Amino acid sequence: MSDLEQFRAETRAWLEANCPPEMREPVRTEKDAVWGGRDQSEMTPAQKLWMDRMGARGWTVPDWPKDYGGGGLSAAETKILREEMAKLRCRNPLSSFGISMLGPALLKYGNEAQKKEHLPKIARGEIRWCQGYSEPNAGSDLASLATKAEDKGDHFLVNGQKIWTSYANKADWIFCLVRTDPTNKHNGISFVLFDMRTPGVSTKPILLISGYSPFCETFFDNVKVPKENLVGELNKGWDVAKYLLGHEREMISGMGLGGGGKNPLIEGAKKTIGLDDDGRLADPLLRGQIALFEVRARAFAAQSERFIDELKAGQAHPAQPSMMKYYGTELNKARYELMMAAGGSDQLEWESDATEHGREVRAWLRTKANSIEGGTSEVQLNIIAKRILNLPGA
Amino acid sequence: MPLFLNDEQTMLRDTAKDFVAEHAPVSHMRKLRDDNDATGFSRDLWKQFADMGFTGILIGEDHGGLGLGHVEAGVVLEEIGRNLSPSPFLATAVAAVEALKGTDHAQRWYPGILAGETVAALAIDEGAKHRTAVGLKAERAGNGFRLTGKKQFVTHGHVADLLIVAARTAGSPDDEAGVTLFAVPKDAAKLTVTPERLADASLAARLEFDGVDVDADAVIGEVDAGRGPLGRLLRAGRTGAAAEMLGVGGGAMDMTVNYLKERKQFGTLIGSFQALQHRAAHLYSEMEVARAAVLKAQQLLDAGDDKADAAVSVAKAMTGLATMLSVQEGVQMHGGIGMTDEYDIGFYMKRQRVLAEMFGDANFHADQLARAAGY
Repeated sequence: MSDLEQFRAETRAWLEANCPPEMREPVRTEKDAVWGGRDQSEMTPAQKLWMDRMGARGWTVPDWPKDYGGGGLSAAETKILREEMAKLRCRNPLSSFGISMLGPALLKYGNEAQKKEHLPKIARGEIRWCQGYSEPNAGSDLASLATKAEDKGDHFLVNGQKIWTSYANKADWIFCLVRTDPTNKHNGISFVLFDMRTPGVSTKPILLISGYSPFCETFFDNVKVPKENLVGELNKGWDVAKYLLGHEREMISGMGLGGGGKNPLIEGAKKTIGLDDDGRLADPLLRGQIALFEVRARAFAAQSERFIDELKAGQAHPAQPSMMKYYGTELNKARYELMMAAGGSDQLEWESDATEHGREVRAWLRTKANSIEGGTSEVQLNIIAKRILNLPGA
Repeated sequence: MPLFLNDEQTMLRDTAKDFVAEHAPVSHMRKLRDDNDATGFSRDLWKQFADMGFTGILIGEDHGGLGLGHVEAGVVLEEIGRNLSPSPFLATAVAAVEALKGTDHAQRWYPGILAGETVAALAIDEGAKHRTAVGLKAERAGNGFRLTGKKQFVTHGHVADLLIVAARTAGSPDDEAGVTLFAVPKDAAKLTVTPERLADASLAARLEFDGVDVDADAVIGEVDAGRGPLGRLLRAGRTGAAAEMLGVGGGAMDMTVNYLKERKQFGTLIGSFQALQHRAAHLYSEMEVARAAVLKAQQLLDAGDDKADAAVSVAKAMTGLATMLSVQEGVQMHGGIGMTDEYDIGFYMKRQRVLAEMFGDANFHADQLARAAGY
């Protein structure tokens, strides 16, 4: 048996022995996702057990170095772990902005003390992070951000406002872009970390069209941030920000995949519309639309696999996350439009028990943000045009 | 296995890229068309393909081939597509080789294919649209069978040494069982072959079997069990056509993006206009997704994975959709010059249309996937 085959066999045995049965059920609602954090009171015992067991092995972040709480696995081993988890339908033990966004940025730009302090806590799900990027007047043109950080000797004094801060009201710490030089747009931004319990930090949830409030306005009023919490060099935060955005786009592009198990779009359509005598969906036009959508969805699943493989091998174009983000989010919006068409008027019930309090209709509305957050589709197309196709500037 | 080309495959791609671009660029195809060439491809070039080892890619080492897979065949096909090179490669060295694999016909036909002397053609389609049904009748007669019926869209059928014919030996056209695959020699009596030039200047034949007698040993594999070799032929053909289309779509996209960087209007390069940038970037995205789908299908086929059938349909359909966009945007963004015969972009549009239709279009494969998924 080769080393990898042996690793696969051992991994499978460990997963079978350690993944609680509840953690092999399909993810259905937002409550099924585990974010970690200081407050773990809303986690079920099975969620906590699964997160802790995987965290102890470093398998919440299998390819991070062991020194920083990771699993120290190679690209091939990481792929095997994911494959075996998929086969057993193991849920992701922990999904957080710490894992998908801050972690990779700290690994590249953080100093040793920062990596030692923050990465293991992310890996074990002890600290939940949020991202302070967008501002009321800095959306697509993110680099025009104005939240000010003044040098006060041993600390920065931060004043300003962020918006669209996902789950800021539930987060323990924030990674935040601040202006440290008002005279220089891109080279006047710094990347800092601070505790959301620091005096002067307040959050206000924003009610969205889905009726939920996943985003907040976040206010900073004379917030003291220790100097050692600066990541990378002063005024060079834009490099960190761009690197991190690449990882954010990767994460959001995963939404195009639609998850494993039974296909909710097809199952939903069968339920409301039914099959004809030949076993085909009784609405031929909708069937055709779904079938052509599924071609793209399956092809995108292959592209996601290819992208991850290229990334791990250092072969991916640095701007390729923009393509993934663009395609994945547009695909996810298309999926939900078809799910709404398949569900018909049943699906429109906003609060009923039958729709589980409007689960799909609210999720449909939520997807509309996919192509806005993390850089709009139009911004991604600009990046592809300039950095991959090398088209001339306007 | 990672979903990108390994070092050996990358080397083969570089070799194929240089070879095809040097010996069979678009101008080669244009000249064949302008000369109204009756063969439809260059036999010398076919010989050179053999000398390079390309025709033996899918033939096992025990038969003197390279014993490689669909990924490697696809690498060559993509370059054929990029240069619009007329070649029997897809039908002969990919689809026919796979159909004959493991049958008594392998040792009879492989040497000629390896030598670049034999050309095969695929007589599968019976109507204007590719279907799974097989209606052409093969009745037992004397020592063998008598074939009656029609086939169409048979590329190089007028010059092929070997015709691979799907026929019905039992049951009715829509039945899964009762299909037999035959190897019919080109000079068979009572076979009428009418070549027609298609939009892309390739030659495809209409075949009329008016009681064509073949020996029992013309059967490829077993009688009534032709879905086996036919399935191998179609999986290889569809995946190969998808790979060739990737080259067509990729070539058109490259031409177009380059044109955006050269052409000036309103005193500036048209590639600086955001309206065009966004369309080009969208096209790039579609082509990347198609490329992944093709590589996935090739790898699963090479691994003998039972998920390969679905992946093949995804690859053929997705490539059809993405490359159709590529050639349409290609002509549109070239403006008036894109409509001229003198400029090559129109050739890409015509070739894409032919390949998109071959072995089932995007709708056919989306339908296949839907049936397999139970809706």
